[in-house]
Amino acid sequence: MATLATDRTSTQPASTFAFILKKAALSALVALGLFLLMIGIRTEAGPSGQLIYWTRFGELAAIVAAVFVGSIVVELLRQWSGRIGIAATPAPWVGSALAKIGKLLAPALLIFALLVPVIFYNQRYLLDLGILVLTYVMLGWGLNIVVGLAGLLDLGYVAFYAVGAYSYALLAQSGLPLPYLTGSYPFVAVDFLQLGPWAFWVLLPVSGLLAALWGVLLGFPVLRLRGDYLAIVTLAFGEIIRLVILNWQSLTGGPNGISGIPRPTVFGIPLTPGPDGLAAMLGVPFSPTHRLVFLFYLILALALLTNWVAIRLRRLPIGRAWEAMREDEVACRALGINITTTKLSAFALGAMFGGFAGAFFATRQGFISPESFTFQESALVLAIVVLGGMGSQLGVALAALTMIGGFELFRGLDQYRMLVFGAVMVLLMIWRPRGLVGHRAPSVFLHHRTTIAADMVKEGRG
Amino acid sequence: MDYFLQQLINGIVLGSIYGLIAIGYTMVYGIVGMINFAHGDIFMIGGFIALITFLILISIGLTVVPVILLIVLLVSMAVTALYGWSVERIAYRPLRQSFRLAPMLSAIGMSFVLSNFSQVAQGARVKPVPPIITGGYTLHESDAGFAVQLSNVQIVVVVTTIVLLAIFTWLVARTRFGRDMRACEQDQTMAALLGVDVDRTISMTFVIGAALAAVAGVMYLLYYGLVDFFMGFLAGIKAFTAAVLGGIGSLPGAMLGGLAIGLIETLWSAYFSVEYKDVAAFSILIIVLIFLPTGLLGRPEVEKV
Repeated sequence: MATLATDRTSTQPASTFAFILKKAALSALVALGLFLLMIGIRTEAGPSGQLIYWTRFGELAAIVAAVFVGSIVVELLRQWSGRIGIAATPAPWVGSALAKIGKLLAPALLIFALLVPVIFYNQRYLLDLGILVLTYVMLGWGLNIVVGLAGLLDLGYVAFYAVGAYSYALLAQSGLPLPYLTGSYPFVAVDFLQLGPWAFWVLLPVSGLLAALWGVLLGFPVLRLRGDYLAIVTLAFGEIIRLVILNWQSLTGGPNGISGIPRPTVFGIPLTPGPDGLAAMLGVPFSPTHRLVFLFYLILALALLTNWVAIRLRRLPIGRAWEAMREDEVACRALGINITTTKLSAFALGAMFGGFAGAFFATRQGFISPESFTFQESALVLAIVVLGGMGSQLGVALAALTMIGGFELFRGLDQYRMLVFGAVMVLLMIWRPRGLVGHRAPSVFLHHRTTIAADMVKEGRG
Repeated sequence: MDYFLQQLINGIVLGSIYGLIAIGYTMVYGIVGMINFAHGDIFMIGGFIALITFLILISIGLTVVPVILLIVLLVSMAVTALYGWSVERIAYRPLRQSFRLAPMLSAIGMSFVLSNFSQVAQGARVKPVPPIITGGYTLHESDAGFAVQLSNVQIVVVVTTIVLLAIFTWLVARTRFGRDMRACEQDQTMAALLGVDVDRTISMTFVIGAALAAVAGVMYLLYYGLVDFFMGFLAGIKAFTAAVLGGIGSLPGAMLGGLAIGLIETLWSAYFSVEYKDVAAFSILIIVLIFLPTGLLGRPEVEKV
C-alpha cells in the first residue's frame, strides 16, 4: 500500500524489474513493521478479566504477501499507464461531456426516482434503501449550501439533523407549547396543543426553524473564523449537541433515546389498518408498504424542495454573495458585501434543511437515540458533498447514491464497512480530489480571466 | 483545599497526556497547514502497541518494571512512528498541492481506517491491563481524613513528559533537523531552494509527532490501565482543542493548552458534573476562539490579499 503514493517530484529512472522488486520488498517490509504486532498478535480480555493473547502469523504472512504482490501490480500499472493521475480537476472534456449528459441525466434520474415505488413495490428492502439514499441526498444538498456554495467547512452538520429529529420527537410527544398571556401572575403560561394526526405537518417547519436557529447560534461565534478553525469549532459544536442529548436524561432519555414517535400521516389521514386509515378510505386492502411508498415520496419531495431552493437562491443576490465569499472573502468584504448576514444566512439555511431531514428521520424510524448523530454521519455527508464536487447538485445526488449504495453492499461485512469507507475516502481524495463529477464554477464571473483567478487563489487559502 | 490540590495533580497528569498529543497536531499544522485528523488514532495505535508489547514481555517472564517500561516505550514509539510515516506517505503526500479540503478529508478517511483497523485486528472490547506501576505517596492528610495522593504512575507520567519535552525542544531549537523544520514552516519553496529536503523534513515531522503520540498512548495505558479502539477520537479532538487553545503552530502553546484542557476537564468533573466535562472542554474551545482567535501563544495571522 505504501507505494501508492510515489514521490511526485522524484524522476524515476527507467524502471527495471529489479527496481519494482526492490520497491515491493520495501513496501512489504514496512507492512511487516506495521502489522507484526497489530495483526500478528491478538489480545483479548480473558474470562477472568485477565488479558490473554494468541498469535496469528498466518494472517500476518498473508497480508504482507498481499502488500508485496499488490505493490508490484500497482507499480506495473503505473508504468503501463504512465503516472497514475493525480488530476487536480477533471479534464475539460470530462466537464463538458458531463454537462451534456447531466442535462439528460438529471431528468432521467428524477423520472426514475418517481417510478421507484412503482417498479419496486414488492421489494421493501429496496424501498427502504431508496428512502435512506434520498435522506442523504437531502442532507448533502443542505450541506452543499454551507460548504459548496458559501465555502464554509462544516464538520458538525449532524448537529442540525439531531436538533430537527429531537425537536420533532419531543414536541410531537408533548404537544406544541403555546405561550399565552394570563391576566394575573404568572402573566405567561404555556398551553400544550396536542396535534394528533397533524403532528408531522405542523412540526416539520417548526423543527426546521429550530434547527435554523441553532445554525445562527453556531454562526455567531464562528463569524471571524475560517478554514480549519471553522472546521474544528463546528466539529466541537456537533459533539456538544450530541453530548448534551446523551446526558440530559430527563429530557431526551439519554442513551436510551426516544421511542414511540408519531408516524407521519397523509395530511391528517393515518396510514393504519383501522377504519380511519387511508387504505380503508380508498377502499383498498391495507398494506404496510403504503407507508414506505408515502415516506419515499415525502423525502423525495423534501429533497427536491432543498434542491429547488438552493438553485433559486443561487440566482438571488444572497446566492451570488455566497459564491463570491467562497471565492474570496476579503475581496467580498471590500466590495461591501455584508459578511455577517451572508455567513449567518448560509448556516441558517443549511441547518434548516438538516432540521427537515432530521424530522423526517425521526418520523420514519419512530425511534431516535444519540447513536444516530455521531461524527461519522457528519463525515459521511461531507464526503458526499465533496465527492460530488462541491456545489454541483447532480454530483451530490450521484455521490449519495454511490456512497450509500456502496455502504449497503458491505452490510454483511459490518466490521469492515467503516474500514472500507475510510480507505475509499482516502483513495478518492488522491485520485480525484475535486470530486467525482466536477466542481461547480461560480454562477457569474468575468469572462476575461486574469492570471490570478479566484481558482488559483483558492488553491492556497481556503 | 486538599480536594482542590488532589484535582490539580490529576489535572496536570491528564494535561501532560493531552499536551503530548497536541504537539503532534501543532507541528503538523505548522509545517503543512492541515489538521491531521488521524493523529488521535495514531495515539490509540500507540496505546495498543504498548499493550501488546507489555503482554509479550510479561509472558516471557520479564519482571523488572523499569526495563519493561523502557522496552514498551521504545517499541511503541518506533512502531507508531512507522504508522505516522506511512499515513503521511499514503494519504497526505500525494495531496500536498491539492486544494485545502482534500488533505482534511483524506485525514478523516485515514482516521476511520486506523480506528476500524484496530477494531478488526484487536476486537471491539475494552482491553484492561493490571496496574504496572503501583504505590505512591500521601502528601497531606487533612483532619477530615481526606488524603492528597500522589501515585508513582502520576510521577512517571509527568517526569516522562518533561524529559521528552526537553529533548524535543532541544531538537527543534538546536539541531539541523529543527532548523530545516522551522525553515519549511516559513516557506517550503525557499527552503527547498536552499537545499532543505522538504519531503524528508515533513516525513520526519510526522514521525516525531507520532512518536510523541505513542508516548502519550503508553502514559494513558499506564494511568488508566485500558485501551480501546475508539479512544483516539475524543482524545484527538481534545488534544486539538489544546493545540488551538495554546495557539496552533506554537510548541510551548500546545503543552500549555494541554495542561489547561486537562485542568478544566478535571476541575469541571470534580466540582460540577462528570457527564458534561467534554462539553466544558469544547465550550472553552469555542469561547477562546471568539475572543482569542490565535490562541494563547499564537502569532496573529496577517491576512494577505
